[in-house]
Amino acid sequence: MIIAVKNLWKEYGDNVVLENINLTVKEHEFVTIVGASGCGKTTFLRMLLGEETPTRGSFMLDGKPLPDEPGPDRGIVFQRYSVFPHLTVLENVMLGLEFAASPFLGKLFGTARKQAQSKAEAILNEVGLYEVRNHYASQLSGGMQQRLSIAQSVIREPRILLLDEPFGALDPGITDDMHKLILRLWDEHKMTIFMITHDIKEGFELGTRLLVFDKVRRDAQAQSAYGATITYDLPLKSVDRNVAKEVAEQTRRTEAFIQSAQLVASH
Amino acid sequence: MRRLINQLPGKGGAFGLGVLPFLLLFLVYVLASDARLAENANDKLLPALNTIADSIHTYAFEEDKRSGNILLWTDTWASLKRLGMGLGLGATLGLLFGVAVGVVPYVRAALQPFIAALSMIPPLAMLPILFVVFGLDELSKVVLIVFGVAPVIMRDLALRVGEIPREQIIKAQTLGASTWQLVLRVVLPQMWPRLIDSVRLSLGSAWLFLIAAEAIAATEGLGYRIFLVRRYMAMDIILPYVAWITLIAFAMDYLLRLLSQRLYPWMQRSE
Repeated sequence: MIIAVKNLWKEYGDNVVLENINLTVKEHEFVTIVGASGCGKTTFLRMLLGEETPTRGSFMLDGKPLPDEPGPDRGIVFQRYSVFPHLTVLENVMLGLEFAASPFLGKLFGTARKQAQSKAEAILNEVGLYEVRNHYASQLSGGMQQRLSIAQSVIREPRILLLDEPFGALDPGITDDMHKLILRLWDEHKMTIFMITHDIKEGFELGTRLLVFDKVRRDAQAQSAYGATITYDLPLKSVDRNVAKEVAEQTRRTEAFIQSAQLVASH
Repeated sequence: MRRLINQLPGKGGAFGLGVLPFLLLFLVYVLASDARLAENANDKLLPALNTIADSIHTYAFEEDKRSGNILLWTDTWASLKRLGMGLGLGATLGLLFGVAVGVVPYVRAALQPFIAALSMIPPLAMLPILFVVFGLDELSKVVLIVFGVAPVIMRDLALRVGEIPREQIIKAQTLGASTWQLVLRVVLPQMWPRLIDSVRLSLGSAWLFLIAAEAIAATEGLGYRIFLVRRYMAMDIILPYVAWITLIAFAMDYLLRLLSQRLYPWMQRSE
């Protein structure tokens, strides 16, 4: 059991974001997370990162409480901005190795550098960025930047890889290739993946397990009084299309509810 | 007829338009100077071009009878030395404290209000104190420039550090970066071009403080000279000196911009 969450609540003052989350995740699962915006998906991911701590309940990694800051065992790919614009593609990928091996300068020289470089080049080959390895990251297209960000994380061989709507800003044509890439890397490196997505279809197609975050209780007078919880936890080999439709419909309804509640609150 | 906002000058046209105000100013000067000199041949306010040329020759190419120095160059060298030291020191302090304040929350909590207060003190009001504490020599002039530019650069860089996307900072931590490594490999390299920009914007005030300090207490320097010859209403010297100072400031700005473009090509593409 790599992740074990028990009776977890997250509140900001009176605002309940997540309530009563229970979840265990085994090694090498590919967990996709869907849900309306404002249903605590990102808060959950930030807790996995170590950016947020639970208000109540426990969040265990390998049986120990999750560290309260980000670390190399949990890689992340955000929707945008997670590559370093001032470094070349190759330098971006080598950075993780340099941090690990050179505490004072954060930079490798000589043979150590050569070794890190060939390791980085191998991964760049894998994600199809070898040709542009000497370009600055800021010169790459959105899709290429996401590939780079994935390569950057994978080289540190994190046990858990977190993906926060990684393909949300990309053209639909590119997304297919990205899906193939992430599935291949997931299989090769035996990572456990948590991926947040807005695209319910993508969630059903990619994962081995799908979580739906949704609000069960709604109070139009006090929108923040109840938090979201996991309403569906589906193993994804045996799911039929009707369930996908049902989930899409409920997510849409919650989204509409949150929007109208916000509208009421702002008047 | 297209709208005014859609009409673009060609390349030559833009250049010509750019030069036009300079030519106009020159023309106005020559005409006004002629008119005044025709009325009174001893008028000192708007000296004729050849008088100015003579003065330039005396100051830039002939040795001064009393000191044996070529005055323009001694003045330029003295001023540039002070300016360079002041800006260099100011930029260094600005970078160190700006990055520390931007990156470390404890340093920010401790120093941000202090730096904000510091930057509100008018540096020229500090000048008498500096003269008393550091004497009338070079040090007080350099310190005045540092005092004038460092707090601004600090605040600017602290803001720029804050503009680095949170995603980058988190990402670096998931790649195993310590605070020190994060500063060294992620924050500092992205701050160099911002520091150059910040120094460029500080050039104007740095010159202001330099000339003010030189006007009050110095024995050489561009600011010292123009305030010295003011006593004789020597506009034929003041005007070329002002033009020379402007030229130097303009060249510094241009060279810094060029440097930034050469050294940090990734900047142009990310924004």
